[in-house]
Amino acid sequence: MARIGVFVCHCGENIARTVDCARVAEALADHPGVEFSTDYKYMCSDPGQSLIKQSMKEHRLDGVVVASCSPHMHEKTFRKAVSAAGLNPFKCEMTNIREHCSWIHEDRAAATEKSTDLVRATVERVKYNQALSPITIPITPRALVIGGGIAGIQAALDIADAGREVVLVEKEPSIGGHMSQLSETFPTMDCSQCILTPRMVDVAQHPRITLHSFSEVDAVDGYIGNFDITIRKKARRVDEDLCNSCGACMQACPTRKIPSEFDAGLGTRTSIYVPFPQAVPNVPVIDEPNCLYLKSLARRRKSKKPARSRKPVCQRCVKACGPKAIDFQQEDRLVTEKVGAIVVATGYRLYDIGREQDEPGISGYGEYGYGKVPDVIDGLQFERLMSASGPTGGELRRPSDGKVPRHVVFLQCIGSRDPAKGMEYCSGICCMYTAKHVLLFKHKVHNGRATVFYMDIRAAGKGYDPFTRQAMEEPGVQYLRGRASELYRDGDVVRVLGVDTLSQEAVDIKADLVVLATAIRPQKGIQDLTRKLSVSVDHHGFMNEAHPKLRPVETATAGVFLAGACQAPRDIPDTVAMASAASSKVLALLSRDELEREPQVALVDTANCSGCFHCERACHYGAIEHEEIKDGQGRLIRVVARVNPGVCQGCGSCVAACLSNCIELQGYTDDQIFASIQAI
Amino acid sequence: MSNQAPSAARGPSADNATFEPRIVAFVCNWCTYTGADLAGTSRIQMASNVRILRLPCTGRIDPLFVMKAFERGADGIIVSGCHPGDCHYIVGNFHARRRFRVFRELLDFLGVDPERITFSWVSASEGGKWAQVVNDTTRRIREMGPMESWPRASTALDDDLHG
Repeated sequence: MARIGVFVCHCGENIARTVDCARVAEALADHPGVEFSTDYKYMCSDPGQSLIKQSMKEHRLDGVVVASCSPHMHEKTFRKAVSAAGLNPFKCEMTNIREHCSWIHEDRAAATEKSTDLVRATVERVKYNQALSPITIPITPRALVIGGGIAGIQAALDIADAGREVVLVEKEPSIGGHMSQLSETFPTMDCSQCILTPRMVDVAQHPRITLHSFSEVDAVDGYIGNFDITIRKKARRVDEDLCNSCGACMQACPTRKIPSEFDAGLGTRTSIYVPFPQAVPNVPVIDEPNCLYLKSLARRRKSKKPARSRKPVCQRCVKACGPKAIDFQQEDRLVTEKVGAIVVATGYRLYDIGREQDEPGISGYGEYGYGKVPDVIDGLQFERLMSASGPTGGELRRPSDGKVPRHVVFLQCIGSRDPAKGMEYCSGICCMYTAKHVLLFKHKVHNGRATVFYMDIRAAGKGYDPFTRQAMEEPGVQYLRGRASELYRDGDVVRVLGVDTLSQEAVDIKADLVVLATAIRPQKGIQDLTRKLSVSVDHHGFMNEAHPKLRPVETATAGVFLAGACQAPRDIPDTVAMASAASSKVLALLSRDELEREPQVALVDTANCSGCFHCERACHYGAIEHEEIKDGQGRLIRVVARVNPGVCQGCGSCVAACLSNCIELQGYTDDQIFASIQAI
Repeated sequence: MSNQAPSAARGPSADNATFEPRIVAFVCNWCTYTGADLAGTSRIQMASNVRILRLPCTGRIDPLFVMKAFERGADGIIVSGCHPGDCHYIVGNFHARRRFRVFRELLDFLGVDPERITFSWVSASEGGKWAQVVNDTTRRIREMGPMESWPRASTALDDDLHG
């Protein structure tokens, strides 16, 4: 017969107000298998825990039920106490009679009856609880950081500075991300590149950071502490070791009119290029669709005629390259890295307002003429026009005719906070960067006029509100609460038709330049990556943290952490704080030699397994392995399922899928669950 | 062992007005259980007829759990987990959804009204929605009246097959 102890907590008045705790304890005292039952004011307090430990010794208890708050609150506390008294911690279970009973009911009799039912179900369950021991798994003390923007750079440097190796993967030819494109940063007006590029160089020179630029994560296998990462190094067609970054190839390249991604389409580049002069690594990459030689090769492959014996096209870069670093034969290469933890720092992209939308549920603004009217640009393009490294060398000249704009209209919340466009969230940074744009514009064009259409001003960060106020109070600046209904080209101006909702008046402005603060969206194709990582995303595609308040940089997948705008729109200070938080979580994980995990994993009864592998199809984590059963002579008898406890996350899908009923989820066995159902 | 059905006092003849349905909820640990915790911390009042059993994931729920609960005197069942796409275990709730689509038809075949089961998605942030699911289900089951005891249902099945 079991010897179970029942401990009913009053939680001060929280439970006792609606539940008659003494009666619950009394009702359970006579229950079969209950050796001891009592109630106490604060079970989680020191005396409460001592009461449990004392009673366990006195009554030689072999199971403990604590009826109090949610197990999410105090399960660890009570299991620790039980363990200290010499019993396996997994012999202790909690019943939630606070959140699930006393706090949501007023009728004392009903609440008391419900509590008694719930405790009885737990008592029955505990009779079938087995002693379990935590699983230990070894750890590879290295980290993978995906994304080389400011979030990834910060995380990589923090981890590497603490003495652990880091593998940094960046899909673009250079690290730096969006921050490298910005001119100045709010609210201090630091030059973005001046504060970022030294950190980029630190990454390049760090002895413990391996940088894979122009690379993507191809596959993720394994589990916390032991991930196997396959990285696709895309064909750069320039040998990183041989290249001396002289730039002769770019001067030789005849295709010069390709819109530069770094300049957000406002500047041009050659087809062999480094995205920007401070790129890390400062090694060019050949843009396959635009390179004359590669295009001619593709044409030749396509045409059915035999290869004509004429000289290959172009290849001027090959001739110009002193160290012979250009290699047109280079192909994509797969490299594998073993890591123990992963930081995802994939950042954001801007909402493409005028173009075809790539996702259902997101719609554009045809009426704003973006992409058609050259003087309607987005915030990132304005940054490039303002930047000293930009296409105009830092002079503000509008795209259409190169004139200095005298009147600039800024439209905030383009897409953001608009359920009709599919993005009902606030993009968080636009109020601030628009204020920055206004100040930068006024700094460059002293007698210029700026009009800002806003919905609300959200400037909650440190020093943010005075900053927006400064922009509003600048002479020649007008903040209008309202929206624009239409933008169109009228001669050499852009007409902005809108409404000022405070004065209830229609507004018609002749603007020289219009800047749209477009919404922040997750990176394109992010779902591919989150699927590989088994990380969930919200319906906008931003990654989900494990807990919005208490575990903001962890994900529900153990060993995978988040930094920056991949989780939600974030500005630079928040991104950097989050990256440092993620790296401290990584370091806490990597500072151990072994990892302890809750033993809530599935276990196969190999004697009864028929080898149908229904479980394998139900398992999303690939935790089901094939185990060969052999006889004494080593001959194969049959193949059965085996659960890799390191990979198993303990969801129990395989258990419910098993036809022969031979998989059990430890901690949630059929016996335990049926016992609860019987009693409830 | 507690072999006596806890609801023995209340027979199928109980008057619907005074009938307090007994409802068992199978919920996942990550979304709905936490959502129910939130309902508690937000002090959202709701019907006291629902007893929650916590499982790691709705994917763990064997339809036999539901049958057993009916057999032991439950009048209604709630199965609730994470929203599609938000499952803590990525796809466990999809397994559950598929399983229950088939299972509902089986219930119908067995003579159990599928309306006695509520299948819902309640996330960790939806305390209010949890209260609504609890109240709606309680109201519905109260209107439907007590569940015919399982032996009667299975006898009826026997009669159908052999009679």
